[in-house]
Amino acid sequence: MTTSTQKTVWEAFESLAAKARRSLHERDSGQQIRVQVGSATCEHAAGAGDVLDEFRKHIVASGRSDIALRRTGCTGRCSREPIVGVMVPGQIPVKYEHVDRAAVHKIFTGHVLGGTPLLDRILDGPVEAIPRYEVLACASRRCGQIGEDSYGRKLAEKLRRAGVGPEQVRVTLASCFGACGAKELGQCGQLLVQPSKVLYRVTSDADLDEIVQEHFLGGKTVERLRVHGKTVGRAFFELYGDVAFFNRQTRIALRHNGVIDPESIEEYFHFRGFEALAKVLQRGDPQWVIAEVTSAKLRGRGGGGYPTGVKWSFGAAGKEVPRYLICNADEGDPGAFMDRSMLESDPFNVIEGMLVGGFAVGASRGFFYVRAEYPLAVARIHNAIRQCRDYGLLGKDVLGSGFDFDLEIRLGAGAFVCGEETALIHSIEGERGQPRIRPPFPTEHGLWGKPTVINNVETFANVPAIINYGAEWFRQIGTEESGGTKVFALAGKVRHTGLVEVPMGTTLREVVEDIGGGVAEGKQLKAVQTGGPAGGCIPAKWLDTPVDFDSLAEVGSIMGSGGMIVLDEDDCLVDVAKFFLAFSEDESCGKCTPCREGTTRMFEILQSITEGKAAPEALDRLQRLARLVKRTSLCGLGRAAPNPVLSTLDHYRDEYLAHVVEKRCPARKCKALVQYEIDPQTCVGCTACARNCPVQCIAGSRKEVHVIDQQRCIKCGRCFEVCRFEAVIRQ
Amino acid sequence: MSISTDNWEQVEAAAKASLGDEIVQFIAQCRQEDAGADSHLVAVLHRVQGHFGYLGEEHLDAVAQLLQVPAAKVAGVASFYHYFRLKPRGRFLLSVCMGTACYVKGAERVAQRVMDELGITWGETSKDGLFTLDPSRCLGTCGLAPVVMVEDEVHGNVTPDQVPAILEQYRHRAREQGHA
Ligand SMILES: Cc1cc2nc3c(=O)[nH]c(=O)nc-3n(C[C@H](O)[C@H](O)[C@H](O)COP(=O)(O)O)c2cc1C
Ligand code: SF4
Ligand code: SF4
Ligand code: SF4
Ligand code: FES
Repeated sequence: MTTSTQKTVWEAFESLAAKARRSLHERDSGQQIRVQVGSATCEHAAGAGDVLDEFRKHIVASGRSDIALRRTGCTGRCSREPIVGVMVPGQIPVKYEHVDRAAVHKIFTGHVLGGTPLLDRILDGPVEAIPRYEVLACASRRCGQIGEDSYGRKLAEKLRRAGVGPEQVRVTLASCFGACGAKELGQCGQLLVQPSKVLYRVTSDADLDEIVQEHFLGGKTVERLRVHGKTVGRAFFELYGDVAFFNRQTRIALRHNGVIDPESIEEYFHFRGFEALAKVLQRGDPQWVIAEVTSAKLRGRGGGGYPTGVKWSFGAAGKEVPRYLICNADEGDPGAFMDRSMLESDPFNVIEGMLVGGFAVGASRGFFYVRAEYPLAVARIHNAIRQCRDYGLLGKDVLGSGFDFDLEIRLGAGAFVCGEETALIHSIEGERGQPRIRPPFPTEHGLWGKPTVINNVETFANVPAIINYGAEWFRQIGTEESGGTKVFALAGKVRHTGLVEVPMGTTLREVVEDIGGGVAEGKQLKAVQTGGPAGGCIPAKWLDTPVDFDSLAEVGSIMGSGGMIVLDEDDCLVDVAKFFLAFSEDESCGKCTPCREGTTRMFEILQSITEGKAAPEALDRLQRLARLVKRTSLCGLGRAAPNPVLSTLDHYRDEYLAHVVEKRCPARKCKALVQYEIDPQTCVGCTACARNCPVQCIAGSRKEVHVIDQQRCIKCGRCFEVCRFEAVIRQ
Repeated sequence: MSISTDNWEQVEAAAKASLGDEIVQFIAQCRQEDAGADSHLVAVLHRVQGHFGYLGEEHLDAVAQLLQVPAAKVAGVASFYHYFRLKPRGRFLLSVCMGTACYVKGAERVAQRVMDELGITWGETSKDGLFTLDPSRCLGTCGLAPVVMVEDEVHGNVTPDQVPAILEQYRHRAREQGHA
């Protein structure tokens, strides 16, 4: 393949990487202190733009040239944004939460210039002190590093005995940070020491003793035990490893999120960017790539879980050309934002995954199909494509390999069904986005009738890591059936909302409780909803279910694309089912009758249940209808739309019964079944409720007991919220 | 694609009058590509809506003419996708996210408050012509739920009580920018 060029692909890659390095070096020379500000849609919403601006002003005003201000993507820590990181040489990186303009001033003068971190603003703080050393010890179930025998625990104990307190050296137990190669798995423990940026591999107690003596007491690195090289996720853990929310995660797809500048191809090069592409093109063997991805057991992250390697082999099988590759970034599940974050925070990684995929299946053109609701993601992909073209990584003869590949963006326009692959193809062709019957599958008959491979954003995001770190390594991170990790968008009634990436097979409990911090405000966890409108509700009692494609299906839900909504005692499961049915009804494209009519009827039945107008027989009718729609609909939307109904009927029949028999909503959520009343004993006559009632149906003068006119009350709940004396009762 | 109309110049002039030079140029660019102009229909409609705020009949006709696709197809596509609006809108598009995460965090009450404050319901425009209210499907910022988006600015963790202040912020902006 490299006939016409003298340089090998690998040499071409190395010279590009060197060029990127030079320009980074120029940019960074002399800059010692680094301030970084997350900037993706959520951060912007939380005011990150102002924060960046304020830091810029402060740096200019200080006249210092050794302070670098960097923009990164999002770490996925939505509830704490904007997050700012301050990296001072010799100190542990410090992250601040909820930063605003006023806080910028304090951080800048106190920490950046003054060298003293602000303890009360620290992410997940406040903390009492920042230790001199932070040790992140892997404590992964996967390789047996749990319990008293784990190296992390032993190290803590040894330090204690040596009289080194936690204000000196803090040991944090982390989930697997992916540092082990396939061969050493389970044979060793990994310790990441900050701010030294040293990674140790220990295999005995004696190793630990040596580290305590030499490193922590003597201040010298133990070279013998040191591991070199950039293991996956390392850059991320060096920055964020001390925060519980992050260190229980394993970051592969999100390994650069919050670490690199998503608008700089040079920074991407710095983190092994395009190495996988170069490796693949240098080998020049598409079959090898397909074999790697197959043996990694990578399964599609868009929801279906279809083995990616197998799909690619079908795409590559025929003789017909041209062939196309599509990245599905339609992210339609209303409650999921993993793909958005990856595109906004690490677009080059997704592009590299697409390049590798394009080469494997022999495609010459690729498309990003992105939701129009994601303008920042679109802008960042746009910019990334342009920079890749400038570097000769997209277009004709990529890296001098003879492989031609270019990318274009196509916008969606707010139709959930367009996430379905045949509908998506119609949409790119400029048609109404309606699905068609499969087979033929797109790999055979796709875009403009040509072989087309469609994968999800996260699927592509994993590909460069598989090529760089090896299929075996990737496979071992997951379960028997499914390799690697899954990213979840954790939202709803959970303390720490955000993006969570965990190995396949991690339990729901670990995600919701250990990482998410459990349900907010001391309420009871009721259920976890996964898979969005196509998924189901998993009751709290099954929180120990592992998250992977098969286990979630067994409990009547699905993995889906990664939306995970936590529900608490205030949520009514009938209402949740109704919510999803309203969604599916609205999004049904109307092509086939079971889905079009079935979703409407199911919604109507659910509505009558929540209004207290349904008889107990309605439940059976609902169930029959749901099964029918599931069996007979044309595409995945209709086939999955009944899932929220079936799973809640299964697990929460008593709640349905309360609605239809007792005409009562146990969660007090269904408006028609609740009533607001004022307790004359408790009401002090403060008038707050009367002033806030939108229909003025509360009577009473100051210091007198107030009364609600039930006829006119619209049950908006305002009075219940504003009464500070708990005199308004909801029943 | 070759052009079969013999009064092309007139057609183009009429379209220009309706769509403006910039969009007409964009369409011309799309026509150059080998994939076929159809493939850019959705992109063109995005442009038109981005410019005018909605897709009027005259715009759709002009697009059909210039792209040389049947008007029925253009109208079909425009009406299929939720994102496209076929009626003019107010100065600020205010969408309350009604996605799952926002819903369970009380988006309904936020929406209700907006409706009460503005005296309108979904899809309507306030009397002063400032706000058009739309439900939206997950803005991808579920971690900040419930979320309200005004034009392209996202407001997170919105409580019903914050609604009046948010509205006032935009009224103020409109006054400053001189809204009729
Ligand atoms: C109604 C419906 C909506 C879908 N939405 C999406 C989506 O938003 N993103 C996505 O990647 N896949 C979505 N899918 C799945 C795709 O059809 C397809 O299976 C997937 O993009 C394949 O990529 P993967 O193998 O990498 O998962 C949807 C499927 C259906 C039936
Ligand atoms: S199942 Fe629903 S969305 Fe799918 S083709 Fe039928 S009507 Fe359309
Ligand atoms: S629930 Fe709403 S309408 Fe009814 S009394 Fe209270 S504030 Fe008024
Ligand atoms: S707000 Fe509460 S205490 Fe005050 S008047 Fe109303 S019911 Fe009584
Ligand atoms: S559900 Fe509202 S932003 Fe996602």
